[in-house]
Amino acid sequence: MIKSQGFRWSLVPILLVVAFAFLLAACGSDDDDDAESTPASPASPAATTPASTTAAATSPTPVPVTGEVVVFAASSLTNAFKEAGTRFEEKNPKAKVTFNFAASSALATQINEGAPADVFASADANQMKNVTGKGNAAESVIFAANLPVVVVPKSGSPVASFSDLAKPGVRLVLAGPEVPVGKYAREILANASKPAGGISADFAGSVLANVKSNEANVRAVLTKVQLGEADAGIVYSTDAAIATADVKVIEIPAAFNIIAQYPIAALKGAKNGAAARAWVAFITGPEGQAILAQFGFRKP
Amino acid sequence: MTSHLDRAASVTVVALGLAFAVFFVVPFVGLVTRALEEPDTWELLRASQVRQALTLSLWTSTVTVALALLAGTPVAYLLARVSFPGRSIVDALIDLPIVLPPTVAGVALLTAFGRRGIVGEPIEELTGFTFGFRTTAVIMAQLLVAAPFYIRAARSGFESVDVQQERVAYTLGASKVRTFFRITVPQASPALLAGVVLCWARAMGELGATLIFAGNFEGKTQTMPLAIISAFEGSTLGVAGAIALSLILLSTALAVLVCFRLATGRGGRQ
Repeated sequence: MIKSQGFRWSLVPILLVVAFAFLLAACGSDDDDDAESTPASPASPAATTPASTTAAATSPTPVPVTGEVVVFAASSLTNAFKEAGTRFEEKNPKAKVTFNFAASSALATQINEGAPADVFASADANQMKNVTGKGNAAESVIFAANLPVVVVPKSGSPVASFSDLAKPGVRLVLAGPEVPVGKYAREILANASKPAGGISADFAGSVLANVKSNEANVRAVLTKVQLGEADAGIVYSTDAAIATADVKVIEIPAAFNIIAQYPIAALKGAKNGAAARAWVAFITGPEGQAILAQFGFRKP
Repeated sequence: MTSHLDRAASVTVVALGLAFAVFFVVPFVGLVTRALEEPDTWELLRASQVRQALTLSLWTSTVTVALALLAGTPVAYLLARVSFPGRSIVDALIDLPIVLPPTVAGVALLTAFGRRGIVGEPIEELTGFTFGFRTTAVIMAQLLVAAPFYIRAARSGFESVDVQQERVAYTLGASKVRTFFRITVPQASPALLAGVVLCWARAMGELGATLIFAGNFEGKTQTMPLAIISAFEGSTLGVAGAIALSLILLSTALAVLVCFRLATGRGGRQ
């Protein structure tokens, strides 16, 4: 009795160390399950893999998808993609869509640093190029377009027109220059400073002098305007549409504006390649396009 | 039986300790290795964005510590020595920022001192002054999050002082102020120093409250942690920049810890 108790006690350190290692590894185990479950889907993996992209895009009833698909998507896609995710899961009850929404620039960094993503949906071609350039995705498809606009708080903003952005003392908030909407904003300001047809040569300089903060993503810009901390910000029209209670939209003159193009790609490192391709097909297909249109995105 | 049990227990403790020690060391080894591998690390350390962020972090955290010393020391002394109504409430309020996520502190500051905040709005109406997007806001965020660490430490420092010695000083005719600076402070100094180091380190590391309340602008509100997160999210510095910045903070923290050990070690021998 005594001996056996002592024997059992001596196992404790080994068990504890194993438990410690197991706990540390536990986070990764979900992915392994999903990776294993994919080939177990009704269709044979060989048949699913090459055909799914074209088949799903053309036929109304694509091959059922199983397992988790991890979608890294631009912040501006948050509401539309969540809705699309619900519909996708309804159609594919064995599939689970997990999202990571952030600035496309942040997502590109994460993907290139080896984050476990299956799909990347970017708000500009540059950040997609960052990912394809590193060999992490083969090719991308443009699936949506969006229009940058100026947003101001419902009341009390000194900004009433696009040219007011250059007024001294305006508290302007933009996304960082690396974030797509921040990059578009700076390009728009440059367009408005061109000698032919521009507002004035120093327009961009005066507006950029008013920038009080370079926010991490488009939704952070929107929040700062909603709170009234900022007098104005530049976001996409789809972002402004979800905050109509707090913000007013000022259109950017078409002569200066840029239409944001959104590319999407299944990633090479995808653990669930079949599901990744199915998601891309869903978004580029009629249902995905209808959801995007419902949230105010334009056709590419 | 006991010897068996004891041996098993010691093996357990050592094994778990080793596993934990490895877990603590590996991330820093990773950081330093990657920093040495990146060809641009040394160049990035001289980039103007890095210099601005470092300068801003150093001076804002120094101001924060100075303010914490100035306003926190009396609070700590009162909490340690004087029994007043509501003392336990003050005590709990001071602990609050320690247990609260800094992002909550940021939201709280915004709702108080933001342009629509309960204090911020009347102040702007009266004076036109706004807190957001200014270095002032960075210091406020740091002070709210970091000062409690100093006050905690200082309070227990004052509590550990031998009150008998203070009484002796009084009977010998020393004034209260003289007694405080010649008897109380020297005796509490290891705890006060520890509080200063903790407060300063916490201020240097402040991210969430600053990001929410002060915004992110180079040279004005972009401190080191904000520069790191911006670099990681794709700013021109890139991941290599984030690693270079992290390396600076890591070495600064190590240097401060070593100095602190040396200082308190000497203090102990006296």
